[in-house]
Amino acid sequence: MNANVTTPEVIQPNEETTTAEEKIFYATQWQLMWLKFKKHRVAMAAGIIIIFMYLVAIFAPFVAPYDPDTRHRNAALAPPTKIRFIDENGFSFRPFIHPIKQEVDFTTFQRIYVEDTSRRLPIRFFVRGEEYKLFGITTNIHLFGVDEGAIFLFGTDRLGRDMFTRIIYGSRISMSIGLVGVFLSLVLGLIFGGISGYYGGIVDGIIQRVIEVLRSFPTIPLWMALSAALPPDWSPVKVYLGITVILSLIGWTSLGRQVRGLVLSIKNEDFVVAARLAGTSEPKIILTHLIPSFMSHIIASITLSIPNMILSETSLSFLGIGLRPPVISWGTLLQQAQNVHSIVMAPWLLIPGLFVIIFVLVFNFLGDGLRDAADPYGQ
Amino acid sequence: MLRFISRRLLQMIPMLIMISIISFIIIQLPPGSYLHTMIAQMHAAGEQINHELIEAIKARYSLDAPAHIQYFNWMKGIITRGDFGYSFEWEKPVSLLIWERLALTLAVSVSSLLFSWIVAFPIAIYSAVNKYTIGDYFLTLLGFLGLSIPNFMLALILMYISLKYFGTNVGGLFSPEYVMAPWSWAKFKDMLEHIWVPMVVIGTSGTAGLIRVLRNNLLDELSKPYVVAARSKGIGTIRLLFKYPVRLAIIPFISTVGWTLPQMISGEAVTAVVLGLPTAGPLLLRALQSQDMYLAGSFTLLLASLTIIGTLISDILLVLVDPRIRYE
Amino acid sequence: MNKMSNSNNLLEIRDLVVKFKTEEGIVNAVNGVNYSVPEGCSIGVVGESGCGKTVSAYSITRLLPKNATFSGQILYKERNGKVTDTLALPAEGKEIRRLRGRDISMIFQEPMSSLSPVHTINNQLSEAMILFQNMSKQEARERSIELLDLVGIPNPSRRVDEYPFQFSGGMRQRVMIAMALARNPRLLIADEPTTALDVTLQAQVLKLIQNMQNEFNLSMILITHDLGVVAHMVDYIYIMYLGRVVERGKVVDIFDNPLHPYTKGLLNSIPKLKGKRGERVSSIPGTVPSTYVVPVGCGFAARCPYAKEQCFKELPDRVLVEDEHEVSCFLFNGGEVKEDAANA
Repeated sequence: MNANVTTPEVIQPNEETTTAEEKIFYATQWQLMWLKFKKHRVAMAAGIIIIFMYLVAIFAPFVAPYDPDTRHRNAALAPPTKIRFIDENGFSFRPFIHPIKQEVDFTTFQRIYVEDTSRRLPIRFFVRGEEYKLFGITTNIHLFGVDEGAIFLFGTDRLGRDMFTRIIYGSRISMSIGLVGVFLSLVLGLIFGGISGYYGGIVDGIIQRVIEVLRSFPTIPLWMALSAALPPDWSPVKVYLGITVILSLIGWTSLGRQVRGLVLSIKNEDFVVAARLAGTSEPKIILTHLIPSFMSHIIASITLSIPNMILSETSLSFLGIGLRPPVISWGTLLQQAQNVHSIVMAPWLLIPGLFVIIFVLVFNFLGDGLRDAADPYGQ
Repeated sequence: MLRFISRRLLQMIPMLIMISIISFIIIQLPPGSYLHTMIAQMHAAGEQINHELIEAIKARYSLDAPAHIQYFNWMKGIITRGDFGYSFEWEKPVSLLIWERLALTLAVSVSSLLFSWIVAFPIAIYSAVNKYTIGDYFLTLLGFLGLSIPNFMLALILMYISLKYFGTNVGGLFSPEYVMAPWSWAKFKDMLEHIWVPMVVIGTSGTAGLIRVLRNNLLDELSKPYVVAARSKGIGTIRLLFKYPVRLAIIPFISTVGWTLPQMISGEAVTAVVLGLPTAGPLLLRALQSQDMYLAGSFTLLLASLTIIGTLISDILLVLVDPRIRYE
Repeated sequence: MNKMSNSNNLLEIRDLVVKFKTEEGIVNAVNGVNYSVPEGCSIGVVGESGCGKTVSAYSITRLLPKNATFSGQILYKERNGKVTDTLALPAEGKEIRRLRGRDISMIFQEPMSSLSPVHTINNQLSEAMILFQNMSKQEARERSIELLDLVGIPNPSRRVDEYPFQFSGGMRQRVMIAMALARNPRLLIADEPTTALDVTLQAQVLKLIQNMQNEFNLSMILITHDLGVVAHMVDYIYIMYLGRVVERGKVVDIFDNPLHPYTKGLLNSIPKLKGKRGERVSSIPGTVPSTYVVPVGCGFAARCPYAKEQCFKELPDRVLVEDEHEVSCFLFNGGEVKEDAANA
């Protein structure tokens, strides 16, 4: 504490503060949340990044320069292509790359790639390349590319496939599996948690014990066991759905608990009691009073459980018991990085993991901001 | 106190029964069985099939009987003889395979738990006392980063760094000369030298959660009237902080043991595969993939039971630190 | 060297200004407050919630949160006669803690949450005695039992080892009083000590505080929003509004001859037993304005029935109307009481 600071400053009342105060008086709960959320700059930035990432996932075939299954000849395990503006021939506003050549290092007998610095391949935008279909339109325009040779922003895998392309395509699976899984958990959690909290008694007791038992299983071993039970001859789509069901089988328990707690605390709030005394029917109380008042909390906590789903999918796929190739997800891409020797040889195989980290991180920030905002009157 | 513990022990029984049933259902889920696959494979390879052994196993575990009979037999064996069944793949009783691995799992998980506590504790206190300062933001960011890195990534990165820059392999729990050696003081010391890698890897992911819980608890406590009341008695800042708010913030923190232990065991399972640890995770994974049902089922059962015990311990600790529960 | 304006004073607050920095802006809690506590006397500080009465009291022993900034002086005459400005002492330093531990005790508004729920009564009572009076644990425990007995807790030797949650609200407030007395203080600050209690308990607790004040020969600051509470408890009354003292005087003078329109409003809003049937309890129109803005003129002007242009533009000076009776209001400019106001 600091003594002898300033004498009282006289602040003129101005229009702005009064209208701002009035706004708060009349705002709905969602407006209050939004006002509070806007102040949370990190969460706002995280939200923007997330929207951007989902846009990229939706437009994956356009953003990616190649088809994810295209094998580039003589380019297996090629390192990320260096994008240049300057070489010995001087500066160029248009970024360019040098074509690469595969050679063998005769001392280590390993493949190495050398740049042919005599030639420049300019990077062009909206170039024509491989054909793809997006929203029913067949086209061959890609966001960027080079006229000849190839550009590998994140290098290539063992079969010479472009990692950047595969990561972009993989984001479609990885980023949607969390949403689907969370949606399933939400449905389960709302139903069981709601019943448990609203009716109480024996039903509550049973549901709570079930939740306790499910939660006492260490998740990964349980997931391992369940996904090992998925028949190996299932189609990728079936496996995908199976995995989301497995993930949400545990995921709902924490949501269920939260819903129960919220219902319990709200059930006895004055406004609900008032509604009941006024003769409002039970379903109407649940729909018009209970659900709106805890929806904001639920949104915050599902945002925080999405990253968990993604981490789980990644871990399972990494271990080879989640999604399986040819499905492309960040987890299946990381399978190639399973032992340390392949990482030493091709560190860029870990890049999908970087995307996992970024995605999980921004979701955590977003969820944190939402959680603070969900309590609009709290500090 | 004794009554409380015995009541909690009694409550554990139905939980354990449910866990055993779920474990059994899980291992029954995959179509086919190890024995079928094995017989088919041997047949295809034209090998001699040891019919006697197969029949003996089938008879002992009544594999041809309906599922619920199999379950009761399995349970009976566990309770009366400590017989967890037979591992078809390893051709050994399960009980010979699991205990050492479970003990190592527990060692790794508990040391990870301790690691995350030791890291989370000072950070959370610092963050709560200096909330909304640069230090608080930085540490929170660090915690989030730890939360966001998948365990196996961190393990891979550590292995990569140590191999690339120090030329050593940090995998495993023992140096090569001790892997097969019987337990001795030297082997134990060797384990301590290796255990820090999984400890850091697994502990990191839990730390962020603990920091968040403890920081929020502490912020709650710091704003309570009893803190001002205690300050008004003239107690010094540090003494006051630890005697009152920290002491109270620990109470909900202790109940986190219940859910952090399964988290640690989970993390251990994945990390162990990457680091090649001789713990339960890799063996369980292998058993699940080859449908070695008793081995897989026993691991699932015992790992889940560990959590139940963890919850019991945290409940007992809770009673010790919170008089309000003690007098209920 | 600090000097009291009156050698009888134990405590003097001079031009105290307290602000809080919050996310929403600066809260001006106290905007220049003066009051003094003569030795052995008790004063009552009365006002609506948010008027700064609690904040000004917390400032005395520097119990305000970190985001508070302040200016002014709070002079305290120590046992050896030395006058200390508590605002100038280093925050949470030895000197201020010694004052809290031995000289100035507080009783808080919420007995339910002002005690730590996980420490025994003995532990919390003995703490300050062990720390500041060099008592052994055993001595402190014996003294604790004595004190509990003194504040009227039955069976104190058993209850001393119990936890706060085993006590009722009224009993906890008694424990809080015992805890305040345990420090052998010279000044007792009671912050709304009965607000959180049942009406039936309020009188008992007030009586106890008064008895203890006499027995220990304490000076006291009683903070309340209830003029009825202070009437029988204190010698002087300070009326606060929006971070300023608007009127001060002896109890009799305040009740018999209230000067400030706000004081009159407060007195009129006390329900009277002898009131006419059907007569409504009057209330002061309007609400307390925002504390984010320091009012230019008199803070009460917007709600004052006698407000004139001047009231919104200038701050009224303190005017000594009669002996020890001061008011800050333009109605009393120059010392004489205007007709219309006096008869209102």
